[in-house]
Amino acid sequence: MGLMSRTSAIVRAWYSKLLDRAEDPAVTLDYSYERQLELLQNVKKGIADVVTAKKRLELQTKKLETELPKLDEQARQALAANREDLARAALERKAFAQQQLQGLDQQIEDLEAQQEKLAASEKRLSAKVEAFRTQKETIKAQYSAAEAQVKIGEAATGIGEEMADTGLAISRAQDKTEQMQARAAAVDELVESGTLEDYTSSGTQLDRELAQVSAQNQVDADLARLKGELAASGQPKELEKETK
Amino acid sequence: MIVRVMGVGQFRLEGDAVSRLNELDDRAQEALDREDEAELDRYLDEMAALVRRDGEPLADDDLSASEAIVPPSDMTLEETKQFFSDEGLIPDIQQ
Repeated sequence: MGLMSRTSAIVRAWYSKLLDRAEDPAVTLDYSYERQLELLQNVKKGIADVVTAKKRLELQTKKLETELPKLDEQARQALAANREDLARAALERKAFAQQQLQGLDQQIEDLEAQQEKLAASEKRLSAKVEAFRTQKETIKAQYSAAEAQVKIGEAATGIGEEMADTGLAISRAQDKTEQMQARAAAVDELVESGTLEDYTSSGTQLDRELAQVSAQNQVDADLARLKGELAASGQPKELEKETK
Repeated sequence: MIVRVMGVGQFRLEGDAVSRLNELDDRAQEALDREDEAELDRYLDEMAALVRRDGEPLADDDLSASEAIVPPSDMTLEETKQFFSDEGLIPDIQQ
């Protein structure tokens, strides 16, 4: 037996299990229809979840992109202060952030593909649900119980397949979305701990040392500025003295 | 015959294409038996491509059942094994 027959058997077993709950044909039809509507809702929710996850990753991409020049600047400051160890640490962070950025691009693409698949699934399923609804009413109105059984079997099989297919698509998209959310949370943590502004509050020794270098540079810059200002305002006085 | 490609839709496939599809199906089964994920994906992709290329797509609102169903090619080997196991991969619908 090939994979196609095995797949058909799996799909058939899946929707038989779903429909075996009701014995009365009319009840079976209504029951199936309710599950179809639920599934449609699930696809819509699945699409919304994928879109949310994608937006989060896009936001992260932007955040990381603004992080790169900051890390460069930190490395430069550390080098100016003769702290090659700190400069190296900042550049290691930068390399890591760059890696994350590349990963993010791929993940966003994956989510986009999932979104498209789910949207196509939704379109197919909703067309079939509508066709099923019409057929359901016809069967109920026009057929004897025995004939109805056969007709119901046909309609339920056709849509049952689509339901199984859609169900699998939703579940796989959910798995992907959850994986991406988990990774996104990890990257968020990286970004938070890496920001220049947070150095004094975020706890690691490296952060504090980088903050010190940064503060030292700021102090040096301010000193130089003040000296310059003093010199500028002092010079005319000295000139005045000389002329007296 | 009507063939469904999971995640893609249903198509009507005739003649020579059907026998080529069955051949690929046998090879896909062998690849799965060998646990060769790359080969398995390749055959499943080829099957999907063949059906899409040589088949006539069914209308979205057609309720016909399929005589053959091509499983998705983007599953990992583990997922594929679970798909074909008793445990299954298609989630139940809650009542």
